[in-house]
Amino acid sequence: MSFFPAAQGTGRRAGPLPIRRPIRLRDADLTRRDRLARSGLLLAAGIPTAMLILIAAEMVVQSLPAFRYAGWGFFTGRVFSFGNLYVTKLQVQNGVSAPHGATYGAFTFIFGTLVSSVIALLVALPLAVGAVLALTERVPVRLQSTVSIFFELLAGIPSVVYGFWGILVLGPLLAAHLYPVLGRLGAVVPFFRGPVGYGEGLLTASLILTLMIVPIIATTTRELVRGVPILAKEGALALGMTRYETARVVTLPYVRRGIWAAALLGWARALGETMAVLLVSGNLLNGLPANIFSPFSTMAATIVAMLDSALTDATGMAVHALAALGVVLLVITVATNLLGRLIIRRVTGGAVLPVGRGI
Amino acid sequence: MRPALRAGRDLGFWTLCFLALAVVVAPSLAMVGTLLQQAGPALSLHLLTATTANNGLQNAILGSLLIMLGVLVVAGPIGILGGIYLAEFAPAARAGVLRLGYETLAGVPSIVIGFVGYVLLAQALHWGFSLLSGILALSAIVLPYVVKTTEVALLQVPSTLRDAGLALGLSRLTTLRRALLPPAVPAIASGLVLALAIAVGETAPLLYTLGFSDQDPSLSLFQHPIGYLTYVVYLNATLPTRLEHEVAGAAGLATLLLILALIGIGRLASRRAARFRAQLPT
Repeated sequence: MSFFPAAQGTGRRAGPLPIRRPIRLRDADLTRRDRLARSGLLLAAGIPTAMLILIAAEMVVQSLPAFRYAGWGFFTGRVFSFGNLYVTKLQVQNGVSAPHGATYGAFTFIFGTLVSSVIALLVALPLAVGAVLALTERVPVRLQSTVSIFFELLAGIPSVVYGFWGILVLGPLLAAHLYPVLGRLGAVVPFFRGPVGYGEGLLTASLILTLMIVPIIATTTRELVRGVPILAKEGALALGMTRYETARVVTLPYVRRGIWAAALLGWARALGETMAVLLVSGNLLNGLPANIFSPFSTMAATIVAMLDSALTDATGMAVHALAALGVVLLVITVATNLLGRLIIRRVTGGAVLPVGRGI
Repeated sequence: MRPALRAGRDLGFWTLCFLALAVVVAPSLAMVGTLLQQAGPALSLHLLTATTANNGLQNAILGSLLIMLGVLVVAGPIGILGGIYLAEFAPAARAGVLRLGYETLAGVPSIVIGFVGYVLLAQALHWGFSLLSGILALSAIVLPYVVKTTEVALLQVPSTLRDAGLALGLSRLTTLRRALLPPAVPAIASGLVLALAIAVGETAPLLYTLGFSDQDPSLSLFQHPIGYLTYVVYLNATLPTRLEHEVAGAAGLATLLLILALIGIGRLASRRAARFRAQLPT
């Protein structure tokens, strides 16, 4: 979707926002109704920020008991278990009590989240940039908007539908045809060694994530590529460079930093994606994936998968433990997202990055 | 370098690029195809007349429409008013802070928002699985988008209009209402519609706030869980039988149709916005 507010359907190039002198309002310039309206509007404008603070604060407060209970073991432990929820026996650790046998070690989920999103990013980046170059530089102009509809479609398809398609079609297809071939890499790379499974696992989830973040990277890249000065490109072509050389020497260097920003944004989306991963991950608890094809789980998927049973923990610790997962996820995604926006602000001086679910 | 080699590289590079384009295009088509194929046998009026208890979708469709309406009512005004403040009234420093706030909120994973919605709204406030919890969670997700599109829409209105209004001695508010908002309305509307498209495709933030119900939605804001389309896809995708997959496919198709319709409306609006802007002085 051209969820690129600045670019929507305008013949005008999107690029950075029009530069405007900063607004300097002296109170004397405002009528009383102006001032009243201004306070009301400020209230509305503050709501997203207030929500953000509320969400972050609530997550931290909720997670503290679990962090205190598990200590550093939360980040290093590989067993995540709510303990025996049916017995009233409690286990006290660092002054915090939880059901007997409860251990909150999130390493496998942190690993799963990072690895699946990194694989997705590594595949999506060249895919998106290549597709955008083909689209903007080679596809005839009158066909371009028709072809971009597919990017919008990809961005618009709900993540549960990605998951549904993943378990029904893509997973089995890849497990039958692509994975056996990739499995031969096992001779060189240990992580590819072993059974290729039936299509629910790390690689399938990563590839689904890839498709989900391609539109994010692609829309941003497209706007950036359209912003490359035409004279520089024509100059390169006039010097006798091939189109490939023009792309390599002129276009790509011009948009490089912006693409890094887009990549960070896409990565943030992959880190936080829940439903599609939940459906195709195979939901492995308490263990690292044996190889790249085997089941695993992520922080986001685990929160959804386990919140139901966490609610039955009378001590409330299970919910705290999931909140702790959420905090780790929140910190990683927000940091990635902010870094991307910081970079793009430097590059273009405006708000060209999409906001929302990738869009 | 030999010309043949350079030409070869050129060809190779663009072949790879087009291959990438194909790899992007194909899955989007394949997904639509899968939905059609799965849903095919189930497509009938039965979907509209029966609830999910009887393998229909009536309650889920009504539920999805209801939460869209709710998001429109909650996130719409707040987002538009907030965007107006950022574009027209905010001092630069404060605008920077608020912008950082909504952009960061946009980066918060949807499941985290759902979790907080559960803990805070469903539990602490005792709203239970309810329409209001779900609407607020979804609004938190689309709000940044509405704010941003409104802000950008106003920034794209030529500053000369602003100056002209003030030069005529109009107050800020009148300038805004009479000169700046009218040309920005199509772009704002398009943003709002696309925000609804995002909302209707979400699942994670609703699982533990809206809950799910097999019955037609009640209009009660509290304590009544409500069924919605994406949940049907999620639930039925994990169930084993053919019939359940058909319903999942139909629900997915219905969601996608809703989203595509919204995107279409959004596009029309933004095209209108562009035409409108083209007529304005610069």
